[in-house]
Amino acid sequence: MIKVSGLKKAFNNIEVLKDINFEVNDGETVAIIGPSGSGKSTLLRCLNYLEKPDAGLISIGGVTAETKKVKKSTINRLRMETAMVFQHYNLFKNKTALDNITYPLAASKKAGSEEAVKIGERLLRQVGILDKAKHYPVSLSGGQQQRVGIARALAVDPHALLFDEPTSSLDPEWVGEVLKVISDISKNDKTMIIVTHEMDFAREIADRVIFMADGNIVEEGHPAEVFDNPQNERTRKFLKKYMQRAADSQERTELELLTV
Amino acid sequence: MNFDIGYMIEIIPELLVYIPITLYLAIVSMLIAVIIGVALSLILVNKIPAAVQLSKLYISFFRGTPVLVQLLMIYFGLPQLFPWLNSISAVNAAIIAFSLNTSAYLAEIFRAALTSVDKGQTEAAISTGLTYRQAVWGIVLPQAIRNAVPATGNMFIGLIKNSSLAFTIGVTELLAQGKLLATATLQFFEAYLAVGIIYWCMTILYSWLQKWYEAKINKPYEA
Repeated sequence: MIKVSGLKKAFNNIEVLKDINFEVNDGETVAIIGPSGSGKSTLLRCLNYLEKPDAGLISIGGVTAETKKVKKSTINRLRMETAMVFQHYNLFKNKTALDNITYPLAASKKAGSEEAVKIGERLLRQVGILDKAKHYPVSLSGGQQQRVGIARALAVDPHALLFDEPTSSLDPEWVGEVLKVISDISKNDKTMIIVTHEMDFAREIADRVIFMADGNIVEEGHPAEVFDNPQNERTRKFLKKYMQRAADSQERTELELLTV
Repeated sequence: MNFDIGYMIEIIPELLVYIPITLYLAIVSMLIAVIIGVALSLILVNKIPAAVQLSKLYISFFRGTPVLVQLLMIYFGLPQLFPWLNSISAVNAAIIAFSLNTSAYLAEIFRAALTSVDKGQTEAAISTGLTYRQAVWGIVLPQAIRNAVPATGNMFIGLIKNSSLAFTIGVTELLAQGKLLATATLQFFEAYLAVGIIYWCMTILYSWLQKWYEAKINKPYEA
C-alpha cells in the first residue's frame, strides 16, 4: 500500500507539487499522465526521496516518512521498499548487465553473491536477454538496456515499482519490447506506478489513471472513465491534443511509408 | 663540431644509478598528492562550507606560484618560522613541495572527473537500496577514476621531470649528477643530452604503462 498526503515540492519558489494526496492499493497498477511540467516525474521522484519533498507524508509498505522529521535511516528504508526504472535507463556503466543486477543485491546484503547471480540470471531470462548477461551497457540497444533496468528493479523485490517515463527516450523500434515486459510484470500483482506518455499503453495495463496538471491531481479513475469520458476540462483538452498529435504522427508515418 | 658520443654513452651508467632517487621523489610525491587531491576534490564537490573557501585559496596559491619558489620557501623559509623543521632533509622538503604543488592541480582534475559522472548513476544506485557511500565507492569512483587517468598521468610525467628542480636545494638526483659530470669534464652538451635522454626514456616507458592501463579500464565502455 502506498499512501501520499499533503505532498508539496517547490524548485526556486516555483510550486511543482501543490498538495498531492493519493493512495495505491497492493497489486494495483497506476498510470500517471499529464502534460510536460505538470509535476508527474517530480511526484515519482519524491516517493523515494530522490527529490526531498518540502512537506507531506509518504507511506510505502511498512515505512512512513514525514518530511519535517524524516531521518536518514527512514529514507534508506523507504528506498528499500521501492525500485525505480529511469527514462535514461541509468545502468551502471562500469558493470555488465548481470552485475548491474547482482551488485546492488550483494552490496545491500539482500542476497549472497551466489544467490544474487541466480536471481540475476532468472530475471534476465524473464526480460528476454540472458544471452547479453556479460555485455556492458554500451554494447546494448536502448530497449535492451531498459529491460536490464527493469530486471534490476525487480531484483530487489520492492514493495512498489516506480517507472519514470520508461519508453520516452527509446527509439520507436524498441518501445514495443519494453512495454511488453512491463505489461507482463503488471499481471503479476506487483504494485506499480508508471509515469508515461503512452496513452494506449496506460489504458491497457493500468487499473487506475491519474491525470496531473500544474502540480495538482486533476482527475483520477478507471482508464475507461478517464480516457473515454473525462470530467475535467483540462483532461479533455490534454487528451484531445494528444489524440491529434498521435493522428498526425500516424499520418506522417504512413506518408513516409508511401515515399519509401 | 665537437661532440663526443663515446663519452656520452660512457657516462650513462653513472647516471642510471640516480634513477631510483628521481623515481622515489616522483612516486612518493605523487602518492601524497593523490591523497590530498582526493580530499580537496571531495570538499569541492560536496561544497563543504568554509572548507571550500580554504581549498580554493590553497589551490589558487599552489597553482599560481612557481614550484621552484615553493621549493625554496619550504626548504629555506619554513625552518625560519618553525625551528623544529631545521633538521628537515632536502629530499623530504622536495617531496613536500612537489606533493603540495601537484595536489592543487589534481584537486581540479578529480573534481571535474567526479562531476562528469552522470547524476543518474548515483540515483540508480541509491534507488536500488545502496547507501550514498556505497554508491560513491562502487559506482561513481570507478567511473571517475577512468575520467581522471589521462590528466593524472600527465601530472605524473610532469612530476618526473620537475623532480630535477630538487637539485637546487642540494638533492643529488639525476640532473645534479649530470651537472657534476658536465663541470668535471666541460663536456656540457654530452652530459645534459644524456640526462635528457634518460628522462625521455622514463616518460616513454611510463606512457606505455598508462596506455596499457587505459586500454584495460576502457574495455567496458567500448561497444
